[in-house]
Amino acid sequence: MSKRSVIPFGPQHPVLPEPIHLDLVMEDEKVVEAIPSIGFIHRGLEKLVDKKDFNEMVYVAERICGICSLGHGLGYSEAVEHVMDIEVPSRAKYIRTILSEMSRIHSHILWLGLLADGFGFESLYMESWRLREQVLDMFEEATGGRVIFSIMKIGGIRKDISNEMLADFQKRFDKMEEELKDIAKTFLDDVAVQSRLRDVGFLTKQQAEDLGCCGPFLRASGVKRDIRSTGYEAYGELDFEPCYSEIGDSYARTEVRIKEIFQAFDLIRQAIAKIPAGEIDVPVKGFPNGEYLTRIEQPRGEAVYFVKANGSKFIDRMRVRTPTFANLAGLTETLKGCDLADVPMLVLTIDPCISCTER
Amino acid sequence: MAIINFNKTVLHNLISKPATRLYPFEERVYPERTRGHVENDMDVCVLCGLCSIKCPTHAITVDKAAKTWSIRPMSCIQCRCCVDNCPKKCLSMAQKFQEPGPEKVTKTFHQTEKAIAAQEALMKAAKERAAAAAAAKAAAAGTATPAAPVQKPTE
Amino acid sequence: MNTEYKVVEAGHVLEEMQQLRADGYHLIQQCATRIDHGYELIYSFGRELEAQNLKITLDEDSSISSITSIFPCAFVYENEMHDLFGVDIKNIVLDYHGNLYRTAIKTPFK
Repeated sequence: MSKRSVIPFGPQHPVLPEPIHLDLVMEDEKVVEAIPSIGFIHRGLEKLVDKKDFNEMVYVAERICGICSLGHGLGYSEAVEHVMDIEVPSRAKYIRTILSEMSRIHSHILWLGLLADGFGFESLYMESWRLREQVLDMFEEATGGRVIFSIMKIGGIRKDISNEMLADFQKRFDKMEEELKDIAKTFLDDVAVQSRLRDVGFLTKQQAEDLGCCGPFLRASGVKRDIRSTGYEAYGELDFEPCYSEIGDSYARTEVRIKEIFQAFDLIRQAIAKIPAGEIDVPVKGFPNGEYLTRIEQPRGEAVYFVKANGSKFIDRMRVRTPTFANLAGLTETLKGCDLADVPMLVLTIDPCISCTER
Repeated sequence: MAIINFNKTVLHNLISKPATRLYPFEERVYPERTRGHVENDMDVCVLCGLCSIKCPTHAITVDKAAKTWSIRPMSCIQCRCCVDNCPKKCLSMAQKFQEPGPEKVTKTFHQTEKAIAAQEALMKAAKERAAAAAAAKAAAAGTATPAAPVQKPTE
Repeated sequence: MNTEYKVVEAGHVLEEMQQLRADGYHLIQQCATRIDHGYELIYSFGRELEAQNLKITLDEDSSISSITSIFPCAFVYENEMHDLFGVDIKNIVLDYHGNLYRTAIKTPFK
């Protein structure tokens, strides 16, 4: 008869620098159940709406998370723009789209690096991050910040990116794409990598749907749902088809993310070719009044922004539901039946951003 | 099988120069738009205080009586909000980042003599313009009170 | 432009959930907003790319039953609402009893 024991995992763990704690109910070496607990670093940023007016909240929203900084700024601005019935100029929409795809590239390459670090392939990890650095440099040239971009504002963007700069970015992305192909080959074909990723952490299509998962984690289980298909910002005018995989294990999640990076390169190419000239922002008059719930697709998945405004300078309630928050339930399901040694790897494959979750 | 996939990258890295910078000897060249820290050209600043109102973190204090402009760099989030809202365009974003330090400092800038003189000249000119406009208005209104506009410029 | 809501009575939440579940919806999010003398709960559900939002108005001292029996992933949202706003939710499958968020002040958003 096997013996049951409970192993506490995290919030400090060598493989996982994210403050999540899991109580793993073990039966010998197998996980029977995992109970997640978060809340070690809750910051209460949503409550800051009492102190910062609706324009200043963009800066707070951007600081929810370092990696998804652009997405949070974009989601919040979109929600307020919907409440105020503001139509963002076309050029601003395209630039927002290009920047979101750039942030997708850097987030996914960051994740690939962390994954390589997780299974102990140090040089692959460094190689990935070397590539990511180039995107950060481009961000700095375009917006002035490497992590916090401060380019979003209600009604458009704050700084234009000239067509010459975009053409230069295009050249650099083409070069980067070539370099990434080599790394992607290692991630997808290498025996050592495959032995850690294949056939662990299965999540079926039905489970993924029922547990409300989102992002690449959901698409790796065969659900073809991507909020970008709704055509927010300029996505409606670009040729776009969600990447997905039918398998549903860790390898599938890696594959989907790698596919998404190449797709992001393609989307950027399309957007740069199509970008119209014109204004980058519209003046904002008055204060928001009303409520709106909007969804955008961040690198880690679908994020929900809810804004309730009362017609004054300060909005009543801002709510952000981050992708990791939705994926926690899916994570506990994936962990069931896996080996203890695979737990950190599986937690990594949902691309957890706990700091982002604890707004 | 695919165990040799990574060899190409490894060989390439072996013969190419390092991706990192030899930091203390080689300093980074920041792009033009980098938001490092806020600088104020006190020759031009008129201490209007718009930057301190717009600052989301209230890092800027403007003291009109003492003619100083001060910023708490540790509170500044480099959002560029003050620079965008400055009516005189005297604020600018410098590329170099704020240096770390053992304590929270407040940087205070005094308005230069030149700026004070320029501002006073401006104020004087504005007053004169207003007086002239009032005189013209009075003259246009009629000749009922001709004494008033004559007195004003002599004040 | 405002989001369209379907207004639901607190007592009829479970029937509504069963209907949504049968129609193939998944849970997107749940959140609470503080209003005078109570809370406004917004439950969002999605099917493919469409979304449906329900709004439930709850008095300060009344309780609502948990939907975790129908949508198991609701446990995080319900515990969050309980920890931050103090919304009284009955029968959560995985109840943290106020320990999901370890905040210095209990129910800080109340």
